[in-house]
Amino acid sequence: MNTITGKPVCGGIAFGKLELIKNETSCVQRIRVNDTKKETERFEAALLTAKKELDDLYKKALLEVGEENAMIFDIHQMMLNDVDFLDSIKSNITNQKLNAESAVAMTADNFAQMFSSMDDSYMQARASDVKDISERLISILSNKKSTSVTSGGNVIIGALDLAPSQTVQLDKSKILAFITEEGSNNSHTSILARTMNIPAIIGAKGILDDSFNGCDVIADGYSGKIYINPDMSTVLKMQEKKLKSEEKMLLLSKLKGVKPVTKDGKEILLYANIGSEDDLVSVYENDAMGVGLFRSEFIYLERKNYPTEDEQFSVYKNVAQKALGKRVIIRTLDIGADKQVDYFDMPEEENPAMGVRAIRICLARPLVFKTQLRALLRASAYGKIAIMFPMITSVGEIKKIKEILEEEKDDLRKDSIPFNEDIEIGIMIETPAAAIISDLLAKEVDFFSIGTNDLTQYTLAIDRQNDAANAFCDVHHTAILRLIKTTVENAHKNKIWAGICGELAADLNLTETFLAMGVDELSVSPSLILPLKQKILDVNISKIKDDILQSLY
Amino acid sequence: MKEIKYTIKDRLGIHARPAGLLVKEALKFKSDIIVEKDKKQGDAKKIFALMSLGVKKDDTITIKINGEDEDAAKKTLENFLNQNL
Repeated sequence: MNTITGKPVCGGIAFGKLELIKNETSCVQRIRVNDTKKETERFEAALLTAKKELDDLYKKALLEVGEENAMIFDIHQMMLNDVDFLDSIKSNITNQKLNAESAVAMTADNFAQMFSSMDDSYMQARASDVKDISERLISILSNKKSTSVTSGGNVIIGALDLAPSQTVQLDKSKILAFITEEGSNNSHTSILARTMNIPAIIGAKGILDDSFNGCDVIADGYSGKIYINPDMSTVLKMQEKKLKSEEKMLLLSKLKGVKPVTKDGKEILLYANIGSEDDLVSVYENDAMGVGLFRSEFIYLERKNYPTEDEQFSVYKNVAQKALGKRVIIRTLDIGADKQVDYFDMPEEENPAMGVRAIRICLARPLVFKTQLRALLRASAYGKIAIMFPMITSVGEIKKIKEILEEEKDDLRKDSIPFNEDIEIGIMIETPAAAIISDLLAKEVDFFSIGTNDLTQYTLAIDRQNDAANAFCDVHHTAILRLIKTTVENAHKNKIWAGICGELAADLNLTETFLAMGVDELSVSPSLILPLKQKILDVNISKIKDDILQSLY
Repeated sequence: MKEIKYTIKDRLGIHARPAGLLVKEALKFKSDIIVEKDKKQGDAKKIFALMSLGVKKDDTITIKINGEDEDAAKKTLENFLNQNL
């Protein structure tokens, strides 16, 4: 068995035979022509044929993959009508006395170069469109059959990258997955895979090895792993994973687009907890309405020095933009306790869970904190970012935080750097202290998010890392439920919303209890969103509310 | 000469699809139509020139229209921008 890992761009698991498609990069011969008029005519004729081909491809694509995907061939047509493009080719023929093939190749190189050098990944990917139209012209000129793809049975396609025209010529009903060595999230193969909803993996270096052609392959579009000639245990493992994912897809097809509204009409904000930029994909896949907890730690982990403001800004900005207007709650640095970062050089603590962690580090090291706040504020100009602070225990802390935040806002105003003036700020309610004084804290912030993991550990005095102590842990302890209820009530009295982002949020045995308490938002890991949505749709709050609330006392 | 100032709201900016559509709109008119971003200019009737401006979300572009049908062109393009970008 060989394993190759690439970057997954569309989920799903496929079992099939690998079919490698190799583009023979047309080797263009440079020939000097004397009769440039005749050569120009030859080019014009090829141009007409190319346009006719594109017209046919457009019609075919329109039927098979819809207008959105077919549009690309319309754009290719326009590219072939572009005066600058045509003039450049014709001038290569007339002035440099080049044969039509090399005249096209030269112009295409220049235009592709222009796109590759742009600073935007979408535009960079457009270089492949230029290559695609020039390949078309060249193969017509040299009477080569276009690199059409003919696949026999059900296959997993492996290629360097597929040009739009190639993807359309493939018989879609027979393709189980795409694997490419190159390509990007914006390349046509990725876009097409998402439209067809089949697994796709890009950046799979090594997949083009000739010896793999025709081999049995499993492509895991969730992990990006490709198993070539898989052994029995891998086959069994992946079959189970496929089955589970299919169950989920079924759930998704039933629930996608359905709003999480209870039987008696309360809409719950159903958000996702994520820990990196890449996880945003799963937010969409699972139909989350936003991000309820974006852990910013990943920016700080696995590196040797503090991330700069610009580095952070670029991550937050990307996230904000990719969220397409959905709310993204980014939690400021939450390290210490079980998450340690070497370069912070934290003194060893007797009891780190109760030590200098999370917001305490930030307040003790204002420079680190200010860098993050400034990056977050700048990014807020690009989407609906909210900032959330962890491990709050007092009103004093939140006042201090707001003071620092205002200073940063003032600085940005002075420098005329845009940010969202109305950026929402919220706090984690994860200490008993915060829950108990939530009436006071609610006056200072825009929302609460209850972190049940730490709230449980502190309320029950049970160390999360201590297995022996965990035997005494009752996660449904009335004390915790009462603290949650108090927090939600105090939030509502002060006209702010309250949600839960800890593990309990996904506990389907408690969903009714939380909704009875009036919880407005539940934020869970992406794969748990759909089961939770289904549960919410079944709840009738008014019917169960009194009984549940009474049972807490 | 007529001028349009417009700030792009589409999250991908003037990407291939709207660029293609914009070219189609521009080609309906006889007037010269130039799109300007910062100091760079591109002919709205040429898709490569237009895309090479690299216009992104929140960028402000100026469109300069010059010719006999400039009034009609301004109106059409304004509608187009509002609906597509």
